[in-house]
Amino acid sequence: MDMVVKLHPLHGLWALTNRELAKWYKVPVILIISLIQPIVWLAFFGKSMNFATMFTSGLNIPGLNIPKQVIDEIASEILKANFGTTDYFSFLAVGMLSFITLFTSLQSGMSIVWDRRLGVLSKLLTTPVPRGNIVMAKVLNSVIRSLVQATIVLVIAILLGMKLNPGLTPLDIVGAYVALTLMSMGFASIFVTLALRSTSWESQMAIMNLLNMPLMFASNSFYPVKSMPWWLKPVAYVNPLTYVNDINRQLLLGVTGLNLLMDFAYLITFAVIFSLIGIVLSWRYLSET
Amino acid sequence: METAIKAINLTKRYGNFTAVDHINFEVYYGEVFAFLGPNGAGKTTTIKMLTTVTRPTDGTAIVGGYDIVKQPAKVREIIGTVPQEYTSDEDLTGWENLMLVAALYGIPKREARERAAELLDMVELSYAADRRVETYSGGMRRRLEIAMGLINRPVILFLDEPTLGLDAQTRAAIWDYVYRLRKQYGMTIFMTTHYLEEADKYAERIAIIDHGKILAIGTPKELKEKVGGDVVTIEVNGDVNTARKVVEGIDGVTGVTVSNNVITFKVRNGGTAAPVILEALNKLSIRATSITIKEPTMDEVFLEFTGKRLRDEESSTEEFMRFRRTVARARR
Ligand SMILES: Nc1ncnc2c1ncn2[C@@H]1O[C@H](COP(=O)(O)OP(=O)(O)OP(=O)(O)O)[C@@H](O)[C@H]1O
Ligand SMILES: [Mg+2]
Repeated sequence: MDMVVKLHPLHGLWALTNRELAKWYKVPVILIISLIQPIVWLAFFGKSMNFATMFTSGLNIPGLNIPKQVIDEIASEILKANFGTTDYFSFLAVGMLSFITLFTSLQSGMSIVWDRRLGVLSKLLTTPVPRGNIVMAKVLNSVIRSLVQATIVLVIAILLGMKLNPGLTPLDIVGAYVALTLMSMGFASIFVTLALRSTSWESQMAIMNLLNMPLMFASNSFYPVKSMPWWLKPVAYVNPLTYVNDINRQLLLGVTGLNLLMDFAYLITFAVIFSLIGIVLSWRYLSET
Repeated sequence: METAIKAINLTKRYGNFTAVDHINFEVYYGEVFAFLGPNGAGKTTTIKMLTTVTRPTDGTAIVGGYDIVKQPAKVREIIGTVPQEYTSDEDLTGWENLMLVAALYGIPKREARERAAELLDMVELSYAADRRVETYSGGMRRRLEIAMGLINRPVILFLDEPTLGLDAQTRAAIWDYVYRLRKQYGMTIFMTTHYLEEADKYAERIAIIDHGKILAIGTPKELKEKVGGDVVTIEVNGDVNTARKVVEGIDGVTGVTVSNNVITFKVRNGGTAAPVILEALNKLSIRATSITIKEPTMDEVFLEFTGKRLRDEESSTEEFMRFRRTVARARR
């Protein structure tokens, strides 16, 4: 070589991330399709399951002459006690931010399977790019996609009537994005790691489909943990989605919840541990046997 | 001469199957060295170990002064590879693929652009630089792969069947460029090929490999000599049996056969043996009406060492089609 290049540890990371992103922004259809599901949930489910009007409109028990005002009061107290807000639509909208982030992150394993099958990976492995960066590029790509998509979902939710905390500060928004980033990092790392040795995209797809719905429903994305059966509660408290939603509802909607610091500590641990596992295993398992 | 590659008991086992079996060889700096062998001989497996894509089960190799097992990262910095299968990203353009690989080698943007443009020009792909690789033909993809393998101006270039499935004209153009680059940068080239005449013409030394073992190493000339040298055919006008005795009396002549008045035999160097024989025949007033001297072909060399014939074009095209089908299947 006619020049000696000093390669820094993160070298190639951005080039590889950009490669993945390029595929994405070149084909906007993929972005649009992936946004359909959370928006459909929001528009159909969020708007239909409007508990506040369910309780109040036409609730007329024969023989009892309860004033409408009392019913309204009771209904809103019940809702507050359960959801932390009377506004189910806004509650669900926050859940949809983690929904889109989860779905995007789960897909990151697929792309490494394709890289292996189509030979791209064997080229990457002959270059001096650190193995960990091949894995982290997938993770970073997934984080960036997730945040862009979550932003779009957030804007659409606001247009559809989501009510943000009137005292919202820029710091709250940063906090919400940090929570989503940590969650995406953790999940993307898990799925890239699972795919390190795989050549079968079918099995990757199967794992994805097996896990996405349980992860969604065993969290507070659609309903509060309080309303879950006793056996589901511990699962929900292990599920990182619960903490992301808790943070985002506190920051974006201004409702009360768990200890914010503990939420963040949990998510940071989740993200760091699985990223490290991914990087360490990539040294060993990314190469062919 | 210093060694660019030194394989020491290099071995690869897949389960019970030994794909590469304790091979030892050296490649000198600046030379073009070819692995020649039938399908499944272990050529690709050897390249994969030398390029650090897969780890040897046993033994090791020194590539450019670095141990492939202990210092794989160092090896990767100084080598270039053109693998047997396609490795470019189909969703990106040819240009983007080159720039990506350049970034992975840490080549600064400006420099990378210059090199990419030069390489695309060389492989005659400039016109398709901004097209997605998915739209390339097989030959175009292969040419892009070669450009990608050269972007870091490697000290040692590994070419696994570099001209597989290309037409004769493109093959010649690629060799021409590889040779020019080699001169310019003093590159060492390790290649595998199915094309006997390519190995014969472009490789300075050849290793014949089969069933994971090296059967012979040498220059094309040396290998041909090992097979028994040139085949000489003399047609005589006179007593064939006397002529035969004369021929058999010459030093180094083997495998003499006679049919009608034609004598065929092998001799190490036909060019120097022929005049001696003619003179001896002349003394006995036997006239030779025609004489032909044929060097053994690589095909004969190959047959001698492996007991197999390598049907050039046919097997390679077939291989190529099989490969295309694999890709098509993966994409579904
Ligand atoms: N990952 C693997 N697992 C099991 N066997 C393998 C693997 N890779 C290669 N082999 C086997 O090792 C042997 C050598 O394969 P290799 O690809 O090195 O052959 P080759 O000389 O390159 O052949 P070709 O000319 O067909 O490319 C073959 O029998 C092949 O089936
Ligand atoms: Mg091969």
